[in-house]
Amino acid sequence: MTSTRFAFLGFFLLSVAAFHARAALTIEITGGASLQIPVAIAPFAGEEAYRDKLSKIVMADLARSGLFKLIDTGGMVPPRMPADVKVAEWKAKGATALAMANVVPQAGGRIEVQFRLIDTVRPDIAQVVQLAGYSLPTNSAQLRLTAHQIADIIFEKLTGNPGAFASRIAYITKRGGTHELQVADSDGFNAQTVFSSREPIVSPAWSPDGTKLAYVAFDQKKPIIYVQTLATGKRQTISNFKGNNSAPAWSPDGRQLAIVLSRDSTAQIYTVNADGSGLKRLTQTTSIDTEPNWSPDGKYLLFTSDRGGSPQIYRMPSYGGEPVRLTFEGSYNVSPRYSPDGKSFVFIQRESGKFRVAVQDFISGQVQVLTDSSLDESPSWAPNGKMILYATAMLGRGVLAAVSSDGRVKQRLSTQAGDVREPAWGPLLKAKP
Amino acid sequence: MKRIPLYLLIATLLTACASDPTTTQPSAQVEDRTQGQQPATPPSADTRPLVPPTAPSANPLQDPNNILSQRSVFYDLDSFDVKPEYKALVEAHGNYLATNPKAKVFLQGHADERGSREYNIALGQKRADGVRKILSLLGAKEEQVEAVSFGEEKPRADCHDESCWSQNRRTDFLYQGE
Repeated sequence: MTSTRFAFLGFFLLSVAAFHARAALTIEITGGASLQIPVAIAPFAGEEAYRDKLSKIVMADLARSGLFKLIDTGGMVPPRMPADVKVAEWKAKGATALAMANVVPQAGGRIEVQFRLIDTVRPDIAQVVQLAGYSLPTNSAQLRLTAHQIADIIFEKLTGNPGAFASRIAYITKRGGTHELQVADSDGFNAQTVFSSREPIVSPAWSPDGTKLAYVAFDQKKPIIYVQTLATGKRQTISNFKGNNSAPAWSPDGRQLAIVLSRDSTAQIYTVNADGSGLKRLTQTTSIDTEPNWSPDGKYLLFTSDRGGSPQIYRMPSYGGEPVRLTFEGSYNVSPRYSPDGKSFVFIQRESGKFRVAVQDFISGQVQVLTDSSLDESPSWAPNGKMILYATAMLGRGVLAAVSSDGRVKQRLSTQAGDVREPAWGPLLKAKP
Repeated sequence: MKRIPLYLLIATLLTACASDPTTTQPSAQVEDRTQGQQPATPPSADTRPLVPPTAPSANPLQDPNNILSQRSVFYDLDSFDVKPEYKALVEAHGNYLATNPKAKVFLQGHADERGSREYNIALGQKRADGVRKILSLLGAKEEQVEAVSFGEEKPRADCHDESCWSQNRRTDFLYQGE
């Protein structure tokens, strides 16, 4: 690790203490990309009037990704207009780009955030080159979301890939005998309880539009599938057949759910319409067929089956039909999830008694193990495909962790007490100004 | 042939083992201090029953001396096969259900904490369903038995090694009304 990396890490740990006092999940970074993009985030003009300091939220997002080196802006005069930017000075500080913004209050409690990203690589030019410029309408309750959207713009302009900071995560906490389904921003803030029970809750799944969560609850002493609308809290029973009802997975168009029922034999895969109607059985075996997951184009389902004698990952057309086995290494490969680009899938592989997150490429068949822990579960892609969120255990406690899809950057997310598990990373959010 | 009571036979065999010169331990290694603490009357002479005899009408499911009071079948890792040592237990419940058609049992399958929670729900279901099939072969009616799974969500033991995992890979019998 280089000395600059040390300085960066030290800064980040300080920033964690300062900014995450109100976070339900504490996020700690445990790695970094080999090449980090140096970027300067100037304090935003006018942000001091609000509780949520946008530039700090943007900096924490970028730091957490492990892909950026944040340039110290101390001693620099924060520019208000592009014409104020002294490109050569920022370049001398090492920045390849400078983010600046004005936070402007409007009538009726509305706020306009005028954001610009300035190129600071080319020092010899007379005029300032703007990489991005957005006017983002918001309000004081939505400022954190606006900051995450700015971080997404910076991420996309500088890495070439979309960001995923303006998204939410769902997960289950267990404290004492209480199980809670919670939803939080991708940085662990704004945690809200969606459903609470004395009985277990598992397998939360986001609807593609991010307005609903499907999940499995045991409050009737057996697993039953529910769909809950987040804005209203309205909960609907989607599947309550004899035996188990579990493993809900939304189709990409949000019209159907693939589910797993044991009403006809062992666990088998079915589809239902999103309102619970139109049940159709897809697998016809006496083996375990579970954990269905739709391809991004909706044409295929990945699933776990023990039809070959041990749990392995298979793919079949989403209307049913002949499955193809995809995993062959080891005697336990489970929990497949398509990458957002459909080119690979993440899963849990057991090797020598250790359960780890692995990614397999569809074309080459090559498998890369991304973690070195031993009790990993429930991998879930960030909507941009750059990070994978998963559950693991540390000192006997359930924690969440995230790893970049190349395995280089790792984060750990933990609650102050109790266990946290079953993470599901939701879709990107649209702002509601 | 004269019948020898089984307990006498076992006692004889045990004595034979103990007197086998190859297994006899060197003596006087440990000082025996139990002498003074022996009750005045040797316990073998006391024939009073310690537990009052169970009333004939008592529920056999609750009788600790009845195999029907045993309610768990345990499994090997990744396995859903009922091991030979649990055959008698499952058969006793199957016969009970066949002769008590009003009795209803829930079979609750469980898995240890490792691996996928959803796969463990399916594995627990397969364990419970395996027991259900044996019960049905023995004459239990379909409506008398419901097999469900709690996956890894309801561990009996909470530690994180095989001593607990082996207790958590199980199918539990829960009769209606219990």
